[in-house]
Amino acid sequence: MVVCCKGSALSRLWKSKDQQVQQLKHYQPQNSKGGGNWRKKFLFLGILLGVLVSIWIFLSMNANIIARRKETLANMCDERARMLQDQFNVSMNHVHALAILVSTFHHGKNPSAIDQKTFAEYTARTAFERPLTNGVAYALKVLHSQREEFERQHGWKIKKMETEDQSPVQDDYTPEKLDPSPDQDEYAPVIFSQETVSHIVSIDMMSGKEDRDNILRARASGKGVLTSPFNLLKSNHLGVVLTFAVYNADLPPNPTPEERIEATVGYLGASFDVPSLVEKLLHQLASKQTIVVNVYDTTNSSAPIKMYGLDVRGAGEIHISNVDFGDPLRKHEMHCRFKHEPPLPWSAITTSLGVAVIVLLVGHIFYAALNRIEKVEDDFREMRELKVRAEAADVAKSQFLATVSHEIRTPMNGVLGMLQMLMDTELDATQQDFAMTAQASGKALIALINEVLDQAKIESGRLELEAVPFDVRDVLDNVLSLFSDKSQGKGIELAVYVSDRVPEVLIGDPGRFRQIITNLVGNSVKFTEEGHIFVSVHLVEEVKSSCDFSNQVIRDSEDGIGMSYNTLSGFHIVDRWKSWENFRMFKFSTEASDAINLLVTVEDTGVGIPQDAQSRIFTPFMQADSSTSRTYGGTGIGLSISKCLVDLMGGEIGFVSKPGIGSTFSFTAVFQEGRKNLGDMRRHHPDPPVSDFQGMRGLVVDGRCMRAEITKHHLQRLGIHVDISLNSKSALSGILEACNLSGAGHLDMVLVDKEAWGEGSGLAFPRLLAEFRQNGLMKPQENLPKMFLLATSLSPTEVDDLKSAGYTDTMMKPLRPSMIAACLRKALGVGSKRQREKGQAMALRSLLSGKQILVVDDNAVNRKVAAGALKKYGAEVTCADSGKAAIQMLQPPHKFDACFMDIQMPEMDGFEATRQIRSMETKVNELIKSGEASSEMYGNVAHWHIPILAMTADVIQATYEECIRCGMDDYVSKPFEEEQIYSAVAHFFESGTVDSVS
Amino acid sequence: MLGLGAARLEADMNRLMALLFHQGVLDEQFMQLQQLQDESSPNFVSEVISIYFRESEKLLKNLRSLLHRADRECTDYRKIGIHLNQLMGSSSSVGAKRVRTVCLAFRAASEHNNWSGCLRSLEVLEHEYCYLKTKLHELFQMEQQRVMAAGARYHPLLS
Repeated sequence: MVVCCKGSALSRLWKSKDQQVQQLKHYQPQNSKGGGNWRKKFLFLGILLGVLVSIWIFLSMNANIIARRKETLANMCDERARMLQDQFNVSMNHVHALAILVSTFHHGKNPSAIDQKTFAEYTARTAFERPLTNGVAYALKVLHSQREEFERQHGWKIKKMETEDQSPVQDDYTPEKLDPSPDQDEYAPVIFSQETVSHIVSIDMMSGKEDRDNILRARASGKGVLTSPFNLLKSNHLGVVLTFAVYNADLPPNPTPEERIEATVGYLGASFDVPSLVEKLLHQLASKQTIVVNVYDTTNSSAPIKMYGLDVRGAGEIHISNVDFGDPLRKHEMHCRFKHEPPLPWSAITTSLGVAVIVLLVGHIFYAALNRIEKVEDDFREMRELKVRAEAADVAKSQFLATVSHEIRTPMNGVLGMLQMLMDTELDATQQDFAMTAQASGKALIALINEVLDQAKIESGRLELEAVPFDVRDVLDNVLSLFSDKSQGKGIELAVYVSDRVPEVLIGDPGRFRQIITNLVGNSVKFTEEGHIFVSVHLVEEVKSSCDFSNQVIRDSEDGIGMSYNTLSGFHIVDRWKSWENFRMFKFSTEASDAINLLVTVEDTGVGIPQDAQSRIFTPFMQADSSTSRTYGGTGIGLSISKCLVDLMGGEIGFVSKPGIGSTFSFTAVFQEGRKNLGDMRRHHPDPPVSDFQGMRGLVVDGRCMRAEITKHHLQRLGIHVDISLNSKSALSGILEACNLSGAGHLDMVLVDKEAWGEGSGLAFPRLLAEFRQNGLMKPQENLPKMFLLATSLSPTEVDDLKSAGYTDTMMKPLRPSMIAACLRKALGVGSKRQREKGQAMALRSLLSGKQILVVDDNAVNRKVAAGALKKYGAEVTCADSGKAAIQMLQPPHKFDACFMDIQMPEMDGFEATRQIRSMETKVNELIKSGEASSEMYGNVAHWHIPILAMTADVIQATYEECIRCGMDDYVSKPFEEEQIYSAVAHFFESGTVDSVS
Repeated sequence: MLGLGAARLEADMNRLMALLFHQGVLDEQFMQLQQLQDESSPNFVSEVISIYFRESEKLLKNLRSLLHRADRECTDYRKIGIHLNQLMGSSSSVGAKRVRTVCLAFRAASEHNNWSGCLRSLEVLEHEYCYLKTKLHELFQMEQQRVMAAGARYHPLLS
C-alpha cells in the first residue's frame, strides 16, 4: 500500500513537474504554479518521513520485545540454575555430614559403631535430606599390604568394577559375577552402602577410572569432588558421583595434600542421577513448558557432555547460566531456550501500521487540499482572464457607444443645420412649425445621445473630473439663461441665489457641475406649470450654523399670511430641510480643510413625485411613472447621471417631494477654493463690467421679501447699493425722500416687480408716483429715478402700457447680472462705448478686425477654408504650410496677434512646433528681462506670448490636455464653428485690449 | 429674359445641391463654405474647390502608384495612411462627405494591411471622386452662367 501510494505520488510529482516545465515554456513563470509544486514536494517528503517514522516505531518496538524476551529467558534460566545449584549443595552438604558421621562412628569408635546394616538404615532414613542422590556408599582405604587381612576380616574379595568383557551397561549387575580386583597399591572397596546401591558393596572404587580420579582428588583437596557424567552402574542413567574423603581424627589444621592423603581412611561417595534430578527440579517450577533446559558439563570446553536435556530443537536464542556444584575443577552450564518461536510482535505491527495509515490519510487530505488550492488558483486565473475580457468588452461597449453616438451626431448635425437653413427660408407658419418641431426633436435626440454617452462613461469609470478654476455664479447664470425662454413661456419665476460666503472662484469641474444643475432645473421646469423654481447655493457650514432665522433666503418662514406663503412665488413649498437632513456632511462635522462644501438646492412648485416612485428616482431609465415620458418626455437617465456626478464630486444628493406641492432637490459638492486672479479661467462669457455701476443706489419694490432679497442680491453683484421696500407707501416715501436729496442719497433706479402685491399690481405703481407729481409733491421729471419693471412674462398690451405707465424698461426674469447690466446700460447710458454689439458674428468681427492671424496647416484646402473663415471676420490672414515655416514666421519680433495651428502635420506636428515657438519666446523674454536686449529690438513688446490655438478634428479631453501641456492656449475643432472661435478668440483679444488700455 | 434665366439657373443649382445633399455627397460644411463667400472674395468657393481638386488629384495619383507599382507584400501602408489623412482632412473641409467616408474605409483597410481591400477602396474612391468632380463642375458652370446672367443685368447698376 505504501509503495503504491509512493508510486502514485511520485508519478504525480513528475507529472506536475512536467506541467510546470511546459508552462515555463509557454508562459512567463507563474509563481502560484511553482508554489503548488513546492507544496507537493514538501507533502511528498512529509509522507516519506511519516512512513519512515512508522517503520522506526515498528523496529524499536520489536527490539524492545525481543530484549524483554531475552531478559525473561535469562531470568528463568538463572533461577533454574540457582535452584539446581542450591539443591545440589544441600545434598552435597549432607553427604559431607555423612562422611563426618562415618569418620566419627566407624573410625573414631573401636569397635566400630556402624555396620552395613546401620549404615543402610541410617542412609535410607535420611534419604529425604539428599533428594538428588540415588545412593551413597562408603569405601574404605585399603593398602595392598592390608588386603588379605581385610578380605579375611570381611569374608569377601575386593572386586574390580568393570567386567572383562568391557560391557559396563548390563541389566543385572551383580557383584558376585565381578572379577576380583587385580593387585594394586591401594584399594577402595565399598563396605557400607545405601540399600539402593547395595550392589556396589565390595567393589573397588579405585578400579573405575572416573571414581579413581575422583577419590584421588577428593582426598587431596578434602572437599567434595565430582566426576564427569557417566553412565551409572546398574541404573544406567547418566550421573555424576560425588566423593568425600574421610580422614582419621588426627588431621592437623591446615594440612597439606600429602598429610591429607596420609590421613585418609575412606571415601564416601554419592551418585547423583542428573536427569531425574533436573526433572524433579523443573517440575517444581512454573512455566516449565515454555522453555527447554539443557545441562552440560563443560570441563572440557571443546567437547561438552550433555548431562540433561531433550533433543527437542528449541527456537530462538540460547541463554547460558553457569552452575557451580562446588567442585572448582568441574564446570557446568545450563542452556535454556524457548520451546516455541517468538510470536509475531502484533502490538508493534499494529502501532506502526496505524501510524503509517494516519500519515497516509493526512497526506491524502493534504494532497486533496493542494489539488483544491490548485484548482481554485486555476479558477482564479480563469476568472481574472474572464474579468479582463469582461472589462475589454465593457471598454468595447463604451467605445461602441462613443463611436455610434459620434456617428449619429454627425448626420444629426447635418439634419439640424439643414433645418436651421430651412427655417431661414421663406416658410409659412405651418411649415415653420414643422421645421421647428423637427429641430427640437433633433436637439432632444442629441441631448439623449449625450446622456447615454455620459452614462456609459460613468459606468465604465472613465469619466474624469476636471479641476479648473471657475465662477459658480457664472455657471448658474448660464444655466438660467438656458431655461429663461421656457420659464418665461410658462410664466414661472426662475431665480438663483448664491450666498456671499461662496468664494468667487472655485476649482472643480464647471461642465459637470453645470450639467447637474441643468438637469435638476430642467426637470423642475418640465414639471412646473405655475409658481417658481429657485436655485440657491450656500456653503454647507453656513447652512449648518443658520438654524436661527437671520438669513431669510436660507430659512423660509413657514407662517404664510392667508394663502400666500413667504416663498419666491407665494406658493407653498415642501420643507427643503428634509432634503438634506440625511447628508453625511450635516451629520458629522467636516474636518477643517481648504475644501469648499457647496450645498445647492433646486426648489420648485411642480407636480411633485409620487410617494411610491420616490425610492427609484435615481435608478437609470426609471421614471416616476411610465406615463411621465408620454406627458413630459425625457428618458429618466438624467437624475442617475446627476447622482453619479455628485458622487464623483464627493457629495450627496437628496430630495423631498410632495405630490401637488412640489419637490426640492439638494446636493452637496466639494470644491477647492481658487485664487481670483487666475488668468486661465475658462469663461462662458465675459464678466459684466461691474465698475460701471459701482456706487449707484437702487430701490427694490416688492411685496414678497424673498423675491426682493434675490433681486437685491443680483443688483449687489453689480455693485449697486440696494434698499428694499415691501409696500407701496414706504416705497413712495423712499423715492420722494431720495428725489429731494441729491448726492449721497440719490436714487438711480427703482425696480418694481410686476406682481409686487398681486396680479399686475406692479404695473400700476408708477401711477401713484404720477399722482404725487400732479399733487406737486415732487420736483420735475429729471430727478425722478429710472423705473424698471421685473416680469416673468409680458403680454403685448402690457408692453404697450409700459411706457405710458412711466417705466423706462422691463427686465425679464430670470434675473442675470449680464442682462441687468445691459438693460441698465441702455437706460442709464453708462458704458455705451463698450456696449456689446449684438450677435456673435458682429462681436467676432469687432474682435478680429485688423488682427494679424497666422494659419498653419499642411492641407491647402483646410488652409484656404480657415483663412476664408477668419477673413470673413475682418482678420488679416497669413498662411504657412508647415510647422517649420510657422516657427520662422513667429520668430520675434513679428506682427501676428494669434496663430491657428493644425495638430496633425507631417514632419513637424502642431505640438512640436508650439513647443519650439514657446521656447523661442522664452529665450527672447529672458533676454529682454535681463536687459541684454532692449525691448525696442523686439518691437517694443516686453513679453512675447502669441496665443496659439490648436485646430483639431478630434475634440477629446486627452487632446486638449496635450494641447495645454505643450503650451497652446486653447483649441478649436475643425470644421470651424462661429461660436467656438468666438469664445476662444474673445478670451485673448479682449484681455489684450484691456491690457493695452490700462 | 436674362433675369428669368438667372432665376431658373439658381433654381437648378438649388435642386442640384439638394440632390447632392440628399445623396450624401456633400454636407453642411459645403454650405458653410458658401457662406464664407461674399463681395470681398467672390470666387472663394470655386477657388477652394479647385485647390481641393488639384490636391486630391495629386494624392489619388500617389495612392494609385503606391498600390499598383509594388507587389502586394511591400506596399507602404504608412504612406498610404498619410495620404488618406490629407485627403480626408481636405474633404471634410470642403464637405465632400462621401469621399471622406470612403477614405475612412480605405484607411481602415490600410491599417489592417488589407491589400485587396485597399484596391477595392481605391476604386470606390476614384468613382466617388469623379462623381463629385463632375457634379461640382456642373454646379460651377451653372454658377458662372448665373453670375454672367446676373452680371449682365446688374452690371450697369453696380458701376
